[in-house]
Amino acid sequence: MVDATSGRQVATAPRGRSATLSSSRRFRLDAGKEWILFILFMLPNLVLFGLFTFWPMIENVRLSTQRWDMISPVRLNVGLDNYRNLAENQTFHRVLGNTFYFTVAAVGVSLLLGLVVALLLNQPLKFRDGARAVVFAPTLLSGAAIGIVWSYIFDPRYGLMAQVLGWVSLSSPDWLNRPEWAMPAIIIVYVWKNLGFAAVIFLAGLQAIPRDLYDAARVDGANVWWRFRSVTIPMLSPITFFLLITSILNTFQAFDIIRVMTQGGPVDSTNTLIYYVYEQGFVALNAGRSAAASLVLFALMMIITLVQLRFTERRVHYG
Amino acid sequence: MGKLSIQDQRRLNRAAGYLAMAVIVLLIGLPVWWMISASLKTSREIYTFPPDWIPRNPRWSNFEDAWQSAPFGRFYLNSIITTVVGSALEVTNATLGAYALAYLRFPFKNVVFAILLAALMIPAQVTILPNYVFFGSTVYDLIGESWVNTYQAIILPGASVAFGTFLMRQSFLGLPREVLDAAKVDGAGHLRTLWDIVLPMARPVIVTFGLISVVAKWNDYLWPLVITQTESMRTLTVGISSFYDLEGNTDWGVVMAATVFVIAPLLIIFMFVQRFIIEGLTAGATKG
Repeated sequence: MVDATSGRQVATAPRGRSATLSSSRRFRLDAGKEWILFILFMLPNLVLFGLFTFWPMIENVRLSTQRWDMISPVRLNVGLDNYRNLAENQTFHRVLGNTFYFTVAAVGVSLLLGLVVALLLNQPLKFRDGARAVVFAPTLLSGAAIGIVWSYIFDPRYGLMAQVLGWVSLSSPDWLNRPEWAMPAIIIVYVWKNLGFAAVIFLAGLQAIPRDLYDAARVDGANVWWRFRSVTIPMLSPITFFLLITSILNTFQAFDIIRVMTQGGPVDSTNTLIYYVYEQGFVALNAGRSAAASLVLFALMMIITLVQLRFTERRVHYG
Repeated sequence: MGKLSIQDQRRLNRAAGYLAMAVIVLLIGLPVWWMISASLKTSREIYTFPPDWIPRNPRWSNFEDAWQSAPFGRFYLNSIITTVVGSALEVTNATLGAYALAYLRFPFKNVVFAILLAALMIPAQVTILPNYVFFGSTVYDLIGESWVNTYQAIILPGASVAFGTFLMRQSFLGLPREVLDAAKVDGAGHLRTLWDIVLPMARPVIVTFGLISVVAKWNDYLWPLVITQTESMRTLTVGISSFYDLEGNTDWGVVMAATVFVIAPLLIIFMFVQRFIIEGLTAGATKG
């Protein structure tokens, strides 16, 4: 990206400087036309962003200082009460804990399994492209529809999970109605749906590792495990970092599975930040608290994005 | 125990590899198979345990029953309209924006760049509430009618695009400079260059982004859920979830048939274009 831009600038700069008077006037005329065209090309996008992305964020800040039930014409200004409420609210603490639990488990497991699958598919096996497609397919399926399918799978009496657990003579818990089992169930669905993305990206990273690194390690007498530790892991670290960040941001936005399977329950055990934002706004009709919670969510995502920018910048400069 | 020859060892490794691959494919594929097989089961078969893996007498009428218990035809229509129009707008915005960023002079290009980057960092999920209020009260104050529960309200917030603009700009900059210069010498204006030269050459990335966009719109759930109010405006994803809220787990066969309605179109498209999607995505990720 950087190379392409600077390369182009180097190529065009001398031409402009050595221009004669008449062509420099033409240049200005062309430039004027180009500015107009630039604005025309960019305007729809920027206007839409202004209306539906930036303005709402300002509105969010305003709403978060108000008490409003989404219906009445009166909005009360309550200052920082909504934030104070969140800070003291047991449910919200629970929500933060759930979000943390869900994110760590879902991201950790899908990256780990994704790496295992990628290592396997990196072997010279027949049909591996087909296997890659199967592993990736769930990523593209509607979370709402998939959530319904998995609700059936988790049915404690007639579901697939009960059947599979039966093979090893375990009885199935009532997954979606038990506070301690609902979140693991959601995590299983999320991992099933998203590990293919991690696998496919890891696989691309593995295939980009130069073969001679492995050959050199082999000459040095490194065994399989040692080659994995000294070549594969360090060479994969940039892509692992990329996956880590995108996966964390994705889990923060995971809504459809939770809405369909548990609606945040039982007793708030699967109520995560994004679900809480929805529930406060559109079920409890507490607009102020929803807006405040959405800003907390935004702040968390912002921090993670800034960490990413920080580190990738360093990689571009020094790596 | 005799020592294995290197060849035997290799054969063993390969066998283990195939076995592991088969296990993974089965584990990932099983839920989809479960859905399809249940969609063809009678409720008697659903409620027998242990279940049959293959329904004995496929009951196709589950699909008819599902189709009649909610307006799925209407849901399809709504999903197709919002996906096609939304993706078309997104791809157009991304293409025009990428061309402008890549080839047009503009004094405040850095500012525009920063604005797009900032937009990239604000996820749609945190703007649902103010956007809902916008279509409800602000639009009402302006034109005297609310836009809640309309197509334009479903489509517009998702019509702008930052990711795709950056993705395409990247690929436009990689196009051979000589061809573009030659076009300029021939007196081709920017519109002509964009249409006749850049678009055909950048077709792979445009198609890839278009597919990603279509998948995202088709599966979108949170925004259509809050902005639609009547059954006649619901998209498939919202329709299926409210169908499930009502129907519950009374007849899994019919419910599974209904989920097939939502999942089948994407699964079929994916079978034909999977290489395109996977390779496009990985290229974007590994180069980034």
